[in-house]
Amino acid sequence: MATQLKDDTQTHDDAFRNEVREFLAEHFPEELKGKGNLLAGLDGPTNESPAHTKWREAVGDRGWGTPTWPKEYGGGGLSRSQAKILDQEMAKVGAWNPIGGMGIMMFGPTLLEYGSDEQKKEHIPSICRGDIRWCQGYSEPNAGSDLANIQTFAEDKGDHYLVNGQKTWTSGGQWADKCFALVRTSRSDKHKGISFLLFDMDAPGVEVRPITMISGTSPFCETFLTDVKVPKGNLVGKEGEGWTIGKRLLQHERTNISGGGRLAEMMGRSLGDIAKQHCETEENGQLADAALRQKIANFEIRWNSFLLTARRAMEESKAQGGVSEISSVLKKAGTKLAQERSEMLIDIRGLQGLGWEGDSFEDSEMEDVRAWLFGKAATIYGGSTEVQNNIIAKRVLGMLDHQ
Amino acid sequence: MAVLNEEQEMLRDMARDWATNKSPVTEFRKVRASGEPEAFNRDAYAKMAEMGWAGVIIPEEYGGSDFGFMSAGLVVEELGKTLTASPLVMNTVAASAIVLGGSDEQKSQWLPKLASGEAIATLAIDEGPRHDPEKIETTVWGGKLSGTKAFVPEAHGADLFVVAAKDGLYLVEKGDGVSLATRKLTDQRSHADVTFDGAAAHKLEGGGDTLLGDVLDRARVLTAAEMLGMAQAVFDTTLDYLKQRVQFNQVLATFQALQHRMADLFADLAQMRSAVEGGLQAIDSGFGIDRAAIIAKAEANRVLHTVSNEGIQMHGGIGMTDEYDVGFHLKRARVLEASFGSSSQLNNRFASLAGY
Ligand SMILES: Cc1cc2nc3c(=O)[nH]c(=O)nc-3n(C[C@H](O)[C@H](O)[C@H](O)COP(=O)(O)OP(=O)(O)OC[C@H]3O[C@@H](n4cnc5c(N)ncnc54)[C@H](O)[C@@H]3O)c2cc1C
Repeated sequence: MATQLKDDTQTHDDAFRNEVREFLAEHFPEELKGKGNLLAGLDGPTNESPAHTKWREAVGDRGWGTPTWPKEYGGGGLSRSQAKILDQEMAKVGAWNPIGGMGIMMFGPTLLEYGSDEQKKEHIPSICRGDIRWCQGYSEPNAGSDLANIQTFAEDKGDHYLVNGQKTWTSGGQWADKCFALVRTSRSDKHKGISFLLFDMDAPGVEVRPITMISGTSPFCETFLTDVKVPKGNLVGKEGEGWTIGKRLLQHERTNISGGGRLAEMMGRSLGDIAKQHCETEENGQLADAALRQKIANFEIRWNSFLLTARRAMEESKAQGGVSEISSVLKKAGTKLAQERSEMLIDIRGLQGLGWEGDSFEDSEMEDVRAWLFGKAATIYGGSTEVQNNIIAKRVLGMLDHQ
Repeated sequence: MAVLNEEQEMLRDMARDWATNKSPVTEFRKVRASGEPEAFNRDAYAKMAEMGWAGVIIPEEYGGSDFGFMSAGLVVEELGKTLTASPLVMNTVAASAIVLGGSDEQKSQWLPKLASGEAIATLAIDEGPRHDPEKIETTVWGGKLSGTKAFVPEAHGADLFVVAAKDGLYLVEKGDGVSLATRKLTDQRSHADVTFDGAAAHKLEGGGDTLLGDVLDRARVLTAAEMLGMAQAVFDTTLDYLKQRVQFNQVLATFQALQHRMADLFADLAQMRSAVEGGLQAIDSGFGIDRAAIIAKAEANRVLHTVSNEGIQMHGGIGMTDEYDVGFHLKRARVLEASFGSSSQLNNRFASLAGY
């Protein structure tokens, strides 16, 4: 019986693998090979080539950008093992998921859990197709790590809310179609006065002003909200449930930031190989600078044990069902390692590694410089490292609050 | 913690139970007080062997259970938590040398005894204070082995030495031509310089050119498993202490400066555990063992070093006392950090394997 079952699954999987291969052969164009941009959703609109658009539409039609989301809302409806096959086959031909952004990474999964059927029907399909860009309206000038201190107020006007206040650090705010936001519906309780509300970025009264970052780009904005009318139907969950829903979304955000595979892809080539191109080597191919060699090896050992930890967390959470308590550890450790690597990439190249503009620097060199600067944000957003430390100490280790 | 099968869970629970109840650190204190150079309790080791722990990696046909290194690591980790003094780690690694490189005859002669605890084996590789398997002067002429091995762990209790000579690994029994000079280290466990003066030696002919390296990889990983238990114990003890010690009218655990340091250690421990389990799993699967072993031991070195220092610091003055256990962990930690590869040696090895 058991073998029979296994064989059936096997045949099933094989059939699916063929289906994926045929799909890729038909729809994935050679010219896009290996050109996936993981940060596209955060960096702003990449000037999508016609080939890119066609590829996105093909994937979106199948729901394969969100492979395990329910089919009825436009997801792929695939089992975990099928999703894995999809990943494997895409990787084999250098294909990548053209659908990204906050809709997929955090808002979609949260809406699937907390949204009404109507809301899911309205929003999930366009996320699955990558048609609509979402942005996150959480932070305010006086509510960063202390997020529950938000003051943006949504006043009950019968059939709609009237929203006033200011959001800030809104990534992609200037390019987004819609925003999921935390707003205050009551001033009587810090946490229970918070609600989770959706609004259109082109609604009257929404104004965005881009902010320039140290990396020279402006991927985020201040968002001003003045008498913005938001229909009641855009409230997710009930009034006062915003903190619970909002925190759930942050878990998805953390997991995404630290997802081992994702970071691994961002890491790219071995630092040792890169150093060999830029630094002196001995006859036997070893780096001549023994201290640098030590430093790189030490980093790569720690990086490997981080990847093992990410894998272990995944296996454990699958076995135990539910999110492993380790997500704060992964976020904190992964972002720190990524920053360390960026610093070493600069260091290895000397001043050539600090180019800002001009033809005397290769694109890849300047990309690494910008990434080094942009990467400083990773230990700040998604709950800063210090906030993760608080979470670990209090929730995981049971260390008490200051009395 | 890796996802375990039922057998492994039982084994771990049994080891945890035994270590906690029958072999707490007070047992190690008794061993220390006895002043015996072999530095372990024979009755306790007999009990461990009876529970099957000496034969975990030994094939069933030779009296073991063949559960593999992951299982051995679980037991060793639990024993590391309470600093249980025993030759189990070295015996297991020495047995693995015979499993990998021994003839059928050598296997039948030794493995059943090593599994039952009737005999104890250890490794004699290094010839100086630093781990350096490239620098071996020991030679064998007409079946007689000569050379001096430095700081051989568990030397006093061993009946059999797996000795590295210039041309490979040899089995040498304790007896004629084998003499020990005790080297008492901070961990107060068994170490000795062992001089072999024309001792009868039998080569491990199997296992190919990489035999020594393969055995050392196993030594690294299993040592790292012991270190994992130690680091976990220091962390747990320190956390408990911070939760009960009151200063400034509040328990220390409420101070954020300490909370964040504990969070750092917690993250480090998570990585150490992954690295060690990764090493154990690699040995059992047979893939990428050399690299995984470096990662396991290097992470064990790094994290145990930090945890043992932080453990003392966060205990304050009481951490400096002999009456308190954290100091024992610190002293054992440094000995294990230096064994089978210090951090800088492991970094070098990692870089060489990766080709830079
Ligand atoms: C690139 C980038 C993109 C972002 N995108 C978005 C977005 O799309 N939407 C959105 O809503 N927000 C976004 N943010 C905002 C981000 O979530 C906040 O910056 C973050 O929550 C920190 O808040 P803050 O900047 O006000 O810093 P603060 O909270 O003022 O923190 C300043 C420093 O104090 C530390 N600190 C704060 N509280 C404590 C404490 N209790 N204990 C110890 N240390 C503490 C912090 O760790 C930090 O080091 C983004 C930020 C960046 C940098």
